[in-house]
Amino acid sequence: MGNFIGKSVKRREDARFLKGAGKYTDDIKLPKMTQSAFVRSPYAHAKILKVDTSEAERSEGVVAVFTAKDGCGEYGVPCGWQVDFKNGETMREPKHPLLAGDKIKHLGEAVAIVIAETLEQARDAAELVEVDYEELPAVTNPQEAMAQGAPKVHEDWEDNAAFDWCIGNDRAEVEAALAGAHHVTEMEFRNQRLAPNAMEPRSYIADYDVNADKWTLYTSTQNPHLIRLLMCAFALGIPEHKVRVVSHDVGGGFGSKIYHYTEEALLTWASKEIGRPIKWTSDRSEAFLTDAHGRDHVVNSKMGFDKDGKIVAHLTDEYCAMGAYLSTFAPAVPTYLHGTLFQGVYTTPLIHLNVTAPFTHTVPVDAYRGAGRPEATYLLERILSKGAREMGMDPAEIRFKNFIPPFDGVEQAGYQTQVALQYDSGNYEGVLKRGLEMLGYEDFRKEQAEARKNGKLLGVGFSTYIEGCGIAPSAVVGALGARAGLYEVGQVRVQPTGKVSVFTGAHSHGQGHETVFAQFVADKLGIPMDDVEIMHGDTEQVAFGMGTYGSRSLAVGGSAIIKSIEKIIEKGAKIAAHKLEAAEEDLEYAGGKWTVKGTDKSVSFGDVSLTAYVPHDYPEGLEPGLDFSSFYDPTNFTYPFGTHIAVVEVDADTGAVDLQRFIAVDDVGNIMNPMIVEGQIHGGVAQGVGQALLEEVVYDDGGQMINGSYMDYAMPRADDLPMIETDNTVTPCPHNPLGVKGAGEAGTIGSTPAVVNAVVDALAHLGVTDLQMPLKPQTVWKAMQN
Amino acid sequence: MNVSITVNGKNYTHDIEPRINLAQYLRETLDLTGTHIGCDTSGCGACTITMNGDAVKACTILAVQADGSEITTIEGMAQNGEMHPIQAAFKEKHGLQCGFCTPGMVMMAVDILKNNPNPSEEEIRHGLEGNFCRCTGYHNIVKSIQHAAKTLND
Repeated sequence: MGNFIGKSVKRREDARFLKGAGKYTDDIKLPKMTQSAFVRSPYAHAKILKVDTSEAERSEGVVAVFTAKDGCGEYGVPCGWQVDFKNGETMREPKHPLLAGDKIKHLGEAVAIVIAETLEQARDAAELVEVDYEELPAVTNPQEAMAQGAPKVHEDWEDNAAFDWCIGNDRAEVEAALAGAHHVTEMEFRNQRLAPNAMEPRSYIADYDVNADKWTLYTSTQNPHLIRLLMCAFALGIPEHKVRVVSHDVGGGFGSKIYHYTEEALLTWASKEIGRPIKWTSDRSEAFLTDAHGRDHVVNSKMGFDKDGKIVAHLTDEYCAMGAYLSTFAPAVPTYLHGTLFQGVYTTPLIHLNVTAPFTHTVPVDAYRGAGRPEATYLLERILSKGAREMGMDPAEIRFKNFIPPFDGVEQAGYQTQVALQYDSGNYEGVLKRGLEMLGYEDFRKEQAEARKNGKLLGVGFSTYIEGCGIAPSAVVGALGARAGLYEVGQVRVQPTGKVSVFTGAHSHGQGHETVFAQFVADKLGIPMDDVEIMHGDTEQVAFGMGTYGSRSLAVGGSAIIKSIEKIIEKGAKIAAHKLEAAEEDLEYAGGKWTVKGTDKSVSFGDVSLTAYVPHDYPEGLEPGLDFSSFYDPTNFTYPFGTHIAVVEVDADTGAVDLQRFIAVDDVGNIMNPMIVEGQIHGGVAQGVGQALLEEVVYDDGGQMINGSYMDYAMPRADDLPMIETDNTVTPCPHNPLGVKGAGEAGTIGSTPAVVNAVVDALAHLGVTDLQMPLKPQTVWKAMQN
Repeated sequence: MNVSITVNGKNYTHDIEPRINLAQYLRETLDLTGTHIGCDTSGCGACTITMNGDAVKACTILAVQADGSEITTIEGMAQNGEMHPIQAAFKEKHGLQCGFCTPGMVMMAVDILKNNPNPSEEEIRHGLEGNFCRCTGYHNIVKSIQHAAKTLND
């Protein structure tokens, strides 16, 4: 621990946000800026027979109206991951057009953009665009999409599959082990579709400067460089060095702002056509229809146990919706971010997962906080608790029986799973023990029994999860289908006065990087935090970067910065040695100065910085300046883990679930700022509880979304949640310099099954064995009546 | 239509379209972009301001309806560069992450504490029912308002 690392330093970002001075994209106004509105399909699947824009074009204030016929984006927006079929057939990859031409493939797909002087004029004129559609039958459920005769999303192929995939041991071997198992537990369910709902709707401003022949795109994205790359090299075919992408403050992302969206490319294209800046900000109704959704897996799973409750085999078949087109990371989510977590924290010797990923007439599905890992954890933690109940075992006991024993990844080797990954370090029984202590498990069971006598329905649910974070080693993900590397870039520029500017390719949209990164930079350099400034979110400031998702910012982005700091200290030592007339190897760096070991002779960081830029008396042959940039490519994923415990009371008359306690014991490796880690857990837990109890995007059979607004889509509000009880154990990551594992997704991954297990526990004596999310009062009440 | 509205102590008179709501007026006409718009159904509370002292979702009011009223937005909370105790409490208790819902949360907290200087946790949660936060799980927002209550009462 240093002066700042490990301390709950208050956030630097807060003053501007609290004063209303944040700079979100929609807050920006440019000279001569126009506004825009989209004409979107009211059908999920339809032929476009005619588009008439003439009246709209004559409407007051209209600058231009564009449709697919105007030649926007020959190529469409690309997918960044390729998962081929098991039989070797290439992944089916339809063009994702910027505007629909002949055919509509999901509700809300854009047919035209109307650009006008004011937003009201653009919206009024959009109403005047006449589109004739011929509605066609649609399919929205991924399992139904694979049924014989299902309406096809893309005519080019014989069925709706985008790809299929499997991982783990030989299927026949797993089936044989299940046939010989003492007990087999089965589950069938749909891990329902969710809308990410970052509070700031997506917003873009594209600005083409005709004199410079350059574009600037202001965008609410989690990864500005990736957007620039995908848009320039694929969607538009324009030179990358002529485009600046800026992403200032972003109001939450949760995955939904990773992807390159059609609107970004279309605005950029149109800005050159009209020679003026164009803004578009999604309203919430559009966000429900067009932001990539999460989850939507139909799951069929069997877990076999021996007579002692040890897992002997686990076999799962899933249908995972892709939506109408392949979004940026979509194919990775139900495969490499999902199947690779099927080992969980257990010693299961035989595992097989088979995935079929069909197109559906819905908005694309992609990574949403946790991305594939919550779906894996939900299945494992639910089926394990169900199995325990069926065998008359305690749900905590069955977990202790099956845990992988503790290993630190240094003295003891990492744990090789049956599903490709090698875990870095873990102590899974440690977190459950701590969770049980915080709960007071024995007392709770007594209280529960007592309550039952009085007709009160109390339940407790456990989840002991693991996640693969710190995404990701480039060679590994490349072999798995990624079309990009997943390293990160960190530049440390020491100014002549010894002040430090850090440029990171990671992007903060609520995580507090400006604070946390400054904490460890200040400590590693032994200088005050006030001397360190963190910059991100501008492709012309930051050399390159892959952005923020997959709990990677500190583990990967932080490590890149550390590499640059090491280079600074190494070069600084050469300058210091010259000034001190000492040998470089006799120097040590600590507390902001280089000292000749065993003496009081030293030279400060500030002195060395100034000398580097005023190199009058300077080591021969050494370049002036003190400024290094590094790429860090991790050698492995990181593997945070934890135990989440929920305590619920179910209202016997209405089926309403009251979440009374939520305990989260998470191990995210070393902790830089406990306040921020806790905050990440709180927020993640709330989203996971949201899935368990409230949230679900519902499409009807025709592909209409029937709850696409805050009047209808239930998200957790303040009175849906209790205070969350948190604690940590610390098992450092052995393979990155800060020993960190990442905390962004843990809450979401661990919490959902804990809540559902708790509700089943509360109702088990009534014969309830399983419940389908979300656990609305009606769902729970019906189950109680049966 | 002509409207005359006092915002953060300053009087403004504008000729505006009757269909413009107060949130749009604050953002687009007055450039007070601290008031955020997170939905189109008055469900999220990001645009909460106070109007004649009471918290109101600015998207539910047409600007012309605000004619003659006194509005305070998030920009009007800090005095002489010093954060209001409620703003300071949000920083102290980490009651914000991405910052987008924050202005609405702070303005709602003004209303909660005005009507009930010593609210219980339950009363705070009830008071925040109209405001969505997707980052904090509300835990630290509740703590921030508890902390603000303590500071304001001391």
